[in-house]
Amino acid sequence: MEVNLSELPETLLKIRNLKTYFFTYAGVVKALDGINLDVYKGETMGLVGETGCGKSVTSLSILRLIQPPGKIVEGEIWFKEKDLLKLTDEEMRKIRGKEIAMVFQDPATYINPVLTVGDQIAEVIMLHQDLKKDVLEMKIEELTKRLEEKQNEKLKDKIEELKKALNNPPAPTKRETKKAAYKKAVEVLRLVKMPYPEKVVTQYPHELSGGMRQRAMIAMALSCKPDLFIADEATTALDVTIQAQILNLLNEIKKEVETSILIITHDLGIVAEICDRVAVMYAGLIIEEAETLSLFKNPLHPYTKGLLNAIPKLHGNPSRLKTISGSVPNLINLPSGCRFHPRCEYAMDICQKQEPKLIEVEKNHKVSCHLYR
Amino acid sequence: MINSDNVILEVKDLRKLFPIKEGVLGKIKGYVYAVDGVSFNLKKGETLGLVGESGCGKTTVGRCVLRLIEPTEGEIIFNGVNITNLSFSEMRKFRREMQIVFQDPYASLNPRWTIKNIIGEPLLIHGLAKKRELHEKVLELLLKVGLSEDHLNRFPHEFSGGQRQRICIAKALALKPKFIVLDEPTSSLDVSVQAQILNLLMDLQQELKLTYLFISHNLSVIKHVSNRIAVMYLGKIVELAEKEDLFANQIHPYTKALFSAIPIPDPELTRKRNKIILKGDVPSPINPPSGCRFHPRCEYAMDICQKQEPKLIEVEKNHFAACFLPA
Repeated sequence: MEVNLSELPETLLKIRNLKTYFFTYAGVVKALDGINLDVYKGETMGLVGETGCGKSVTSLSILRLIQPPGKIVEGEIWFKEKDLLKLTDEEMRKIRGKEIAMVFQDPATYINPVLTVGDQIAEVIMLHQDLKKDVLEMKIEELTKRLEEKQNEKLKDKIEELKKALNNPPAPTKRETKKAAYKKAVEVLRLVKMPYPEKVVTQYPHELSGGMRQRAMIAMALSCKPDLFIADEATTALDVTIQAQILNLLNEIKKEVETSILIITHDLGIVAEICDRVAVMYAGLIIEEAETLSLFKNPLHPYTKGLLNAIPKLHGNPSRLKTISGSVPNLINLPSGCRFHPRCEYAMDICQKQEPKLIEVEKNHKVSCHLYR
Repeated sequence: MINSDNVILEVKDLRKLFPIKEGVLGKIKGYVYAVDGVSFNLKKGETLGLVGESGCGKTTVGRCVLRLIEPTEGEIIFNGVNITNLSFSEMRKFRREMQIVFQDPYASLNPRWTIKNIIGEPLLIHGLAKKRELHEKVLELLLKVGLSEDHLNRFPHEFSGGQRQRICIAKALALKPKFIVLDEPTSSLDVSVQAQILNLLMDLQQELKLTYLFISHNLSVIKHVSNRIAVMYLGKIVELAEKEDLFANQIHPYTKALFSAIPIPDPELTRKRNKIILKGDVPSPINPPSGCRFHPRCEYAMDICQKQEPKLIEVEKNHFAACFLPA
């Protein structure tokens, strides 16, 4: 696929021909079979699809967290001029959590139950951030407070001395670093609108509700102001009223932290709500990619059309639901040609023989289907 | 509200408290107020949708109605007979007429049984068919839910989620029930498969004149299948109305918030509308708030809401709500 980069906004993440396979006893599961995806700076990108289409494998591949028997066999993942797949493990570790952060579906299983929320957020901050200056600022602040209480010449001198060191801060002790990290943890918790952040940092995850836990996870992910924030089904385990809170929060945070968000979900409603652009996945491939408005208004791929028609409508008159016949194919034994052809109502001869490519048929609207050539 | 000829199921002031036990001796230290005074009725051939967030007591209501768990208080009247205090063997006669389909088709089928055994089991237990006849009846049921003859001798693990849910439905239909509780029958399925199952359920309802109690947290699914909708919050019904009335006009502030919180798969519509974002979480049903249970999260809360519990009253014709605002 040729893309003229000069026309497009700045690309943050560029995935090219990514293939992730799982080598199982039953055969090779082609979870991702050559996907191309761009995420631009400052946008919210949605990745939708049904169970087993490879949404989560995409996000795990970006962070290189695929476990054996899975393996990234081919492709490039360009992130800020670096190919993530060519980095060493050590370099990759520095990117995870700092430049690319991720929030998972079930906050109850991804948060450590034996550490307090504050410990866990502070850990991320201490690992990825240089806190020398923060420690110094914290010290100055404390001393100034003491000075206000009672005048003391010695204290004044001390503050002056510390202020001079601001440009070249000395290495702080471990205890001081931890204190500064905790202070920052409270700040990020406040950013995600956690009620009583000072109290929550000292609490354990089981003391929090599902929505608060997810807020804590988001705070953890945002603590280093990542360039790319991946939310993998981040609201699926939550109730709708809580989901509305979290989606609202993501929208606000995007403006505040200036991060790009990649939302992975099976719920087209969430996509409609907050995404700028959206990519639809089916059986390990991206089959349609467009701006949200144009995808919902004018879906091109028969699968996307089917998916939109299958949702019961909350507004407008109910009618019989249109369904997509059959079910998602087995990823070990994929249909020949277009993967969707056995379920497609417009299937032609060519669909069985040749795999369609993802091509731009309208401006900013790509689709892989033989109907549009 | 009640036109007794038509009513197949009547639930009066149903209450279910789960004790919280402590220590070796199991001293009871408190109760979970799972369902706390719920009344509704079901007319023949209609679908009542029961919607609410997790932990609001929807499932408990569904199971209490079938006496799969014993209600603490209240009455359940099925076809004019009070079944609340029937003995186990007396109850068995009624079980033929009331069935349930559960949420998770992976957990509700025995993995060591073939489909033929699974669907045939209720027929055998009630002594309705044997051998050749059993085979024929099972086959008929399988065809009815859209599966084929060569599925008969397979095991549950060979089927996809949607197919398994079809098997569960076939099993529930085996005894020709009049009333089926559908407890989140599509929430573990993908949208394209969900649409297939919803269509199947609605076709079967027309064909067999079934009455459904449809439990779900998904408002758009509820809207699609129901005639009337009951909204639950923390063990109570807060609003109950005909589907059209409820969608045109929500009276209870919680219903309003719930309706506005649902993401609509239409970007133009969803970005234009005014969203009500509720503060905080659902309180614990162990220690529910005093007065109206919604008052700590309600933007219209008044003094009276803290002190007195609002009753479910008819605000408009056939539109019931438990709130002090309209009164």
